[in-house]
Parts: sequence; structure tokens; C-alpha cells
Amino acid sequence: MISIRERGKIGVGLFILSEMNFFLLLIIAYVYYHAYPGPGPTAATALNPIRTGLFSLALFSSSATIWMASRAARRPDSRGLVMWLSITIALGLLFMFGQAREYYDLIASGVTVSRNLFATTFFTLTGFHGLHVMIGLIALCITLGLARAGKLHEQSMDGFGAVEWYWHFVDVVWVVVFSIVYLWGAVAS
Amino acid sequence: MSQIVEAGVAPNLVASEREGLLTWVASVDHKQIGILYMISSMFFFLVGGIEALVIRLQLLAPGLHLISPETFDQMFTMHGTTMIFLFVMPMLTGFSTYVIPLMIGARDMAFPRLNAVSFWIQLFGGVILYFSFIAGGAPNAGWFSYTPLSEKAYSSLAGVDYWVVGLACIGIGTLAAAINFAVTIICLRVPGLTIRRLPLFVWMTLVNSFLMIGALPLLNAALAILLIDRFFNAHVLDPAWGGSALLWQHYFWSFGHPEVYIMILPAFGIISEVIPVFSRKPIYGYEFVAASSVAIAFLSFTVWAHHMFAVGMSHIANLAFGFASMLIAVPTGVKIFNWTATMYGGRIRFTTAMMFAVAFLVTFTIGGLSGVSFAVFPLDWQLTDTYYLVAHFHYVLFGGSVFAIFAGFYYWFPKFSGRMMSERLGVWHFWLTFVGFNMTFLIQHILGLAGMPRRVFTYPDLPGWAVMNLISSVGAFLLGISVLVFIWNIFESLANGDVAGDNPWDAWTLEWATTSPPPPENFNRVPPVRGRRPLWDLAHPERADEKVAGT
Repeated sequence: MISIRERGKIGVGLFILSEMNFFLLLIIAYVYYHAYPGPGPTAATALNPIRTGLFSLALFSSSATIWMASRAARRPDSRGLVMWLSITIALGLLFMFGQAREYYDLIASGVTVSRNLFATTFFTLTGFHGLHVMIGLIALCITLGLARAGKLHEQSMDGFGAVEWYWHFVDVVWVVVFSIVYLWGAVAS
Repeated sequence: MSQIVEAGVAPNLVASEREGLLTWVASVDHKQIGILYMISSMFFFLVGGIEALVIRLQLLAPGLHLISPETFDQMFTMHGTTMIFLFVMPMLTGFSTYVIPLMIGARDMAFPRLNAVSFWIQLFGGVILYFSFIAGGAPNAGWFSYTPLSEKAYSSLAGVDYWVVGLACIGIGTLAAAINFAVTIICLRVPGLTIRRLPLFVWMTLVNSFLMIGALPLLNAALAILLIDRFFNAHVLDPAWGGSALLWQHYFWSFGHPEVYIMILPAFGIISEVIPVFSRKPIYGYEFVAASSVAIAFLSFTVWAHHMFAVGMSHIANLAFGFASMLIAVPTGVKIFNWTATMYGGRIRFTTAMMFAVAFLVTFTIGGLSGVSFAVFPLDWQLTDTYYLVAHFHYVLFGGSVFAIFAGFYYWFPKFSGRMMSERLGVWHFWLTFVGFNMTFLIQHILGLAGMPRRVFTYPDLPGWAVMNLISSVGAFLLGISVLVFIWNIFESLANGDVAGDNPWDAWTLEWATTSPPPPENFNRVPPVRGRRPLWDLAHPERADEKVAGT
């Protein structure tokens, strides 16, 4: 599955290990204060799981499209690669648009970072995830640029593989965050 | 193949030598970056040392008012933060950056540019931390910045902000370095250098990389939460508003205890190289030294709350963390026996490096034993935040990590510079350090048992306190002089030291198979690796390890 020559993938794999611990603590902080809700908005009153869920579908499906892109790259099929990469980026942007709208509405209704412990831990957790999506989008845009210029050779497949792994990871984190914050936090309670 | 490499690199070298300083700033060569790490660490070692001397001067006699309590708080905060994050960690990272690719027969690190980023971003973190002095006052909430003291309401000046941002930079840089080491060791070993033949310093660096990959993100997450509290007026860590101060303690120590081992595992690696070479024997129980490090790495994530016994946790939690803390002494003790058994029956050469390594065994063991005494939590309740604690962690961090750093420095200096360090000055350096260190800290055990709390800027003239503090302060200044001798030795040896040659110590690992200092491409030809001591096999083909033993 992975060869000793693919240092990019191994490096990103180790980076993902560290990122798991980073998000673990942010999730624990969120869950901890979810158990002790103070006054003010909570996940149940402030969040809209259905709307966020629809935007989340964009991120979830982008894992499939980047897999299609890497399949095209291995074939090699440069037109398919450019197309699937573009779709992946578009889906990522759609997700970010959804998060931006959500933040805008929350802040407009007075749910700001410092409002209460739910708001702080919510914005910290989802904000850091959004930051990771943006970094992933930058990496994807660079990959797309290389692909369009026809510079995504055999040798750079390791780098593309690393970007792909990172993107899957960002997606998986959101599966966990969405389940905890929106499904368990907002729907179940 | 090697000729092609030479032809490609040689003209570059000439060009780069002309450009002077820029080659250092723009370098992606692991040897230059390693030296940059060491230079910046030595600088911060001096700064942190001066801060320690200011502390000891203020505590010289009871009731002194040489500096204000506020300045005292800044001094111990900056001393701790500097020595941990800007001296011990980057110094050990510097050794690894220089030596690891050579030890595994590689041309460079796996990601040379990332290597440069790691160094510069952690140096930037150090600069940010010290910029606080001219931006309204240094951080003063201690090196672990407990909340709510470090919250805006109680530390309204910018010092803690600089502490948070500086540490985040150092954390990111160190994390990148750790990933780089792991990938380098996994991917770039010369053929034949299997995982069971790796030099133990490489082993320790590999285990340590995973420790850093696991622990540093925990620090970064905690820092992010604290920064959001401070910048956006949030209250996650502030009990006055429903937040939890304990959350910070759990988060910080879940990083902070692995951090202790991050600072000692590479030191174990250095000791595991130095003792065999100067005992003229292969390491005793190689597998046990390697495997016990893995055990330490795992256990180090399970003991963090022993820093929090005084908080008042449940009895079960106290028992569990006390037990785990005692358990971690076992793999550490295994190593002490390995090193002692390596020396047993060997032809020991007491070079300065070896003297520091042997002293390490003694002082680190003392620190380890006082550490076990803290795992007995009723004792911890009595002794926490006294000078007994200060004595304990200086025995493991100075008597452990710093002694090992000195041992490694004397050991590898010929490789770094091409010159031998003066053994005459080295012996002076060693004895001044050994006497000064024990004079400073041995007495602090008793001072702590007598009840003197740490982090107080002065103290009343209670029976015995004055003379014990005086002894400690005199020892600290002796230690200060020893560092000056060390610096003098470096400059003296760089200018007038004997030419080292490739392998002055008759050592066995691959870094000694190339010139001192090595050429930019490291090796013209890497010797074949058929065992753990390739240079021994090369020099004694008839008694090669593979013919004598299994590996």
C-alpha cells in the first residue's frame, strides 16, 4: 500500500497522527462543557443540523472525488485529473461557504466567541477545522496548477498522495465533529 | 556514482564558501542547520543561566531586596521556559539534525527545506518570547502558566501573550523536526542498516520523534484555547465564569510529562553511544535499551496527573497515577543497569565525554529516585512546590539531560569542527560542573524538607535556611564559572585544537567513516553495514560482530 520511497505520504501520515491529538483536546473541551451547560445558547438552540448537514455532504463527497482524481492521475488521464480536482476544490469551497454563512448567522444572532462556554468551544473546534480545510484547499489549488501545466509526473505522485491523505483526514475529522456537535449535541438533546 | 555526486557538488561548495553569512541563513544542509541549532541553544543557555544567577543572587541571604518580587517572577518563568524550550530541546534537536543523517549513511534529511523551516520558526519563537522584555514585561506566571493566573484578569500585561505565541512557534517547529527525523530514519537508511542494527542514538531519536508527534499538538491545543481566552475575552479556563482551571492543568501536563521524556530520551541515546565507545565494549543488552525506550514513550502519556496530586483528585486517580509513575521507573532503571554492565570489565578511557557520561549515571539516578518518592502521593502533598521539587527536577534535567549534552558535545565536537576539544580544560569544566551542580542542588533537598517553598522571592531567617541558601548560591556561581570554562574551551579548541582526523575515538558508527567535518555530500562511499558496529567490522574483519554474535 505504501512504499519506503514515499516520504511525502509517510510524513503527512505522521502529521495526521499529531493532528489527531490536537483535535482530540478541542473535542474533549467541547464535550466537557456540553455536559455542564451554563446560561445562554447551546448546540440545541443555536445550531441548524440540517443546513450544516447539507453543506457537510459537499465535504464528505469530496473525499470520493479526490479519490477519482488520484485514480485518473495513476492511469494517467490528465483531463480526468483536472476535472476531478476542480470538482473537489469546488466542493471544498461550497463547504467553506456554508461555514461562513453559519458563522455570519450565529454572530448576527449574538452568539459570539465570548458569549458562553458552548460558543467558545464550538467556534474553537469548528474554526480550527475550517482553517484546516482552507490549508487543504491551498494544497489542492497548487496540485491543480501543476496538473494543468502537465507537471504532475510519476515523481510527484508521492506529493499528490500526501495531499490526498490530508484531505481525507480533514474530511474524517468533520465526520467526528459533525456527529458530536450537530447530531449528538443538537439533535439528541 | 560517487564521482558524479562529487562533480555536481564541488563547484557549488566553492561558490557557497564565498557568500559567507548568507550560506548559513539560506542553508538547507543538515550539518549547517545542526550547528545553527547548537549556536542558538548555547546563546539561550547563557541567557537562561544568567537568569538563574539573578535568582540565586536574590536568594543568597534572607530578606534581601536586590530585585522586586515582580522581576523575580519574570526571572523564574523565563529561566524555566528558556532552559526547556530554547536550550535542552533545540540542543538535542541540533545534535540529531547533525548526526542522524551521518549515522544512517544518508546525504541529508528527508525534507531539507522543512528542516530549515523548523530551525528558523523555533528561533523566531525564542525571539518573540524575549521580545516581551521590551514590550511591557516578560511572562511571569511560571513555565506552566497555570490558569486563572495566566488569564487576562490576573495577568493583564502582554507577557503571557508572548509566552503563548512564542511556545506555539517552538511547538510547531519542533513538531516539524520530529516528523522529519522519523521519515529520515524510516526512509533513508543505507542498505544493510536494519532496525535491529540502528545505533542507539538513532533509536532514541526515532522513539523521541513519536513522543514529540504525540505530545506537542497537546501543547498547541492548550495554547490555542488559552490564547482565545485572552484575546477574545472568553472563559474556558477561568473558574470565575464557569470555566475550568483544571482543564488547563490536565492539558498542559498531558503534554508536559511526555516533554520530560522528550528532553531525556535523546540524552539516553548520547549516553548509549559514549559509554560503549569509551569502555571498548559493545553496549550490553542492546534490545533492552531500545525496547525500554518504547515502554517509556508509552508510559509517559499515562502519568501526567502526578503533577496534580495536590489538586485533590479522587483516591482511585491518585493510586492509578502514582502506580503508573512508579512503573515508568522500571524501564528507566533497566537502562541504568545496561550502561553499568557495559562499563563492567571494559577498558575505560576517562575522557571528558566519558566523565560526563559516568557522572550522568550517578546524578540522573539520584533524580530518578527522588522522582519515585514523588509518586508516593502523601509525600507529594508534603513536598510539592518546595525546594525538594526544585532539587528533583534539576537532578534529572541538569544532572541528566545537560550532563549528557556535555558528554555528546565533547564526543562529537571533533566531527563537527575537525578539531579535538582540550582535555585539560575539559577536566576543569567537568569538575567545576560536577561540584557546582551538586553544591547547588543537593542541599536543596534538605531545604525543601525543611519547608522552603519555591517561587518566593525572599525568605525569613529560619534555622538553617540562610546557610543552606548560601551554599546553594555559591554552587550556582561555581556552575556559572564552569560554563565560562566550557565556552573558553570551545573557542580555544576551534582555534588551536589538535586536528581530529576521521575517527579520533576509534568509534564504530557511520558518522566516523567520513572526514571531520564531513563534505557537503557527507560520504564518498558508505562502508558496508553488516552489524551494529560497521567501523569495527571494517577494521577487524576477522573478529567482525557478525562472525562473533548473531547480528
